[in-house]
Amino acid sequence: MTGLEDLYREIVLDHYRNPRNKGEINTPTAVRVEGFNPLCGDEIVVTLDLNPDGTLNIKIDGRGCSISQSSASLMSETIKGSQIKEARNKVTTFKNMMTIHENSLESSDDNETSFDIESLGELAALQGVVKFPVRIKCATLAWNTLLEGLDDLEKD
Amino acid sequence: MADQGLTLKLDVAKVKSDFPIFSKSKYPKLVYLDSAATSQKPRSVIDSMSSYYETTHANVHRGVYSLAEDATRAFEDARIQSGRFVNAEHPSREIVFTKNATEAFNLLSNSLSVHYLKPGDSVVLTLMEHHANVVPWLMLKERLGINLKFMDIDQNGELILDDIDELLRDSKLLSLTMTSNVLGTVPPFKFLVEKAHEYGLLTILDAAQFAPHKKIDVIDIDADFLIFTGHKIFGPTGIGVLYGKQDLLESMPPFLGGGEMIRDVKIDGFTPNEIPWKFEAGTPPIAEAVGLKAGIEYLESLDYEAISEHETALLKYMIDSLQDTFAQDIAIHGPRNIEKRSGLVSFSLNEIHPHDIAQVLDEYSVCVRAGHHCAKPLMRHLCVSATTRASISCYNDFSDIDALIDGLKVVTKMFK
Ligand SMILES: Cc1ncc(COP(=O)(O)O)c(C=O)c1O
Repeated sequence: MTGLEDLYREIVLDHYRNPRNKGEINTPTAVRVEGFNPLCGDEIVVTLDLNPDGTLNIKIDGRGCSISQSSASLMSETIKGSQIKEARNKVTTFKNMMTIHENSLESSDDNETSFDIESLGELAALQGVVKFPVRIKCATLAWNTLLEGLDDLEKD
Repeated sequence: MADQGLTLKLDVAKVKSDFPIFSKSKYPKLVYLDSAATSQKPRSVIDSMSSYYETTHANVHRGVYSLAEDATRAFEDARIQSGRFVNAEHPSREIVFTKNATEAFNLLSNSLSVHYLKPGDSVVLTLMEHHANVVPWLMLKERLGINLKFMDIDQNGELILDDIDELLRDSKLLSLTMTSNVLGTVPPFKFLVEKAHEYGLLTILDAAQFAPHKKIDVIDIDADFLIFTGHKIFGPTGIGVLYGKQDLLESMPPFLGGGEMIRDVKIDGFTPNEIPWKFEAGTPPIAEAVGLKAGIEYLESLDYEAISEHETALLKYMIDSLQDTFAQDIAIHGPRNIEKRSGLVSFSLNEIHPHDIAQVLDEYSVCVRAGHHCAKPLMRHLCVSATTRASISCYNDFSDIDALIDGLKVVTKMFK
């Protein structure tokens, strides 16, 4: 078995079918960033804004495969209400999860985890993606787009 | 199961058994529907190459000794076989071996840019070309300042011929595919070559997808150049074929420089070799040529009529099954008329991304292509970022199509 159930966990499929925080923020201070994966044509649009208390508001839009779209939806859930610094930490944690097994796909079980799975909550459902190296780019697209957005937000 | 009432001349079970991968790969129920990307190899091709290495290998055109002569003969025999395969008038001089079809296009775009194409000249392509027949011309556009014109396609994925005279008038070159690798469309290439010649254009035909399915006759078509790639017609990877009319090849300067392609070299200049060697710099793909010859022999041993009858039945069965099973949920790209297509079916299923489709199908060892198929101008035109493509060859049977449909049913359930 190739672990298809690991890839398409129920949570993942649910976020694909019913994406959370879908749309775009249209406030004048919002920043808008597009991410594109030319290989498969996945597209993500992230819009970000800061609430008066300094926490993030986020909406996501786009189209593409279930992994790219559910990852974006799951991301929006964890990022919403975070401080910028916190958000950056979450990006790092997530990207660690996506790369950690790349060099040792076979022995993923006894790998020492350098990230805190607990802190990822529902996002941990995307862990199965690492077993499908071609799909890792789909999962990380939203996160790389978010990073660009955070940079823009701090520039302004 | 499929309606097996058809009496097929092709013994598909026998054909399948000629391809070791179907019994030796680690996927016992391999359903290979990606022959448009590359075909599987019959045992005769694999054996011909190991036999060549075991009994005949030496470098070609250089050795004085008999073994080198044997190797040279094997290599040149493959050239003649390839020439006869497309019905070239002078098989030993009009066939140039390249690395693949892509290199053959680059050879032409570079060599024709020296004397033939000038800044401001127009090259006519179509919207359904593979990147191999787009990017070399875009590079020439950047480097030399040529113009590119693209023939448009209609809703059925067929070329729009209404403004053909306008496109060809004052242009210098027409380069088009004989079968779209995304839509399966077989355009009226003979008519287009004839038209292009009326306006004095040179013509290039991309036979990469056509060659595995139908007989090519360059004399009948009157193509100036024709290109195909070995690995799609049961031959090995690493070899492509460029056919060119003798007088044209003679008039063109070489592409790559090095050994083999020269007659003489002095420190202040060189004299190129005769055709076809003028275009073959360095040690050529010798074992690959031997394998290609075996691939062509295998294809020709099957009889084109029988292949065509079998493959048309398979295509029709695939299209009908897809439509019956998924009704309005499926969009099949390309010509409605089965006579106007060959070898493959590209489709979109609901809004489900092709990568998800291919991933789930893989669970059932069904291999299909998901993506843009190296034809991004066409994908933009179709307003899709990717499609799923199932392509067939003579070793596919009706049960392969059934496996595809069964897998797709799982896909639709999963992503509903
Ligand atoms: C229509 C067409 N032309 C050209 C090519 C390029 O062939 P190769 O990759 O062997 O150079 C392909 C292969 O995908 C093709 O389908």
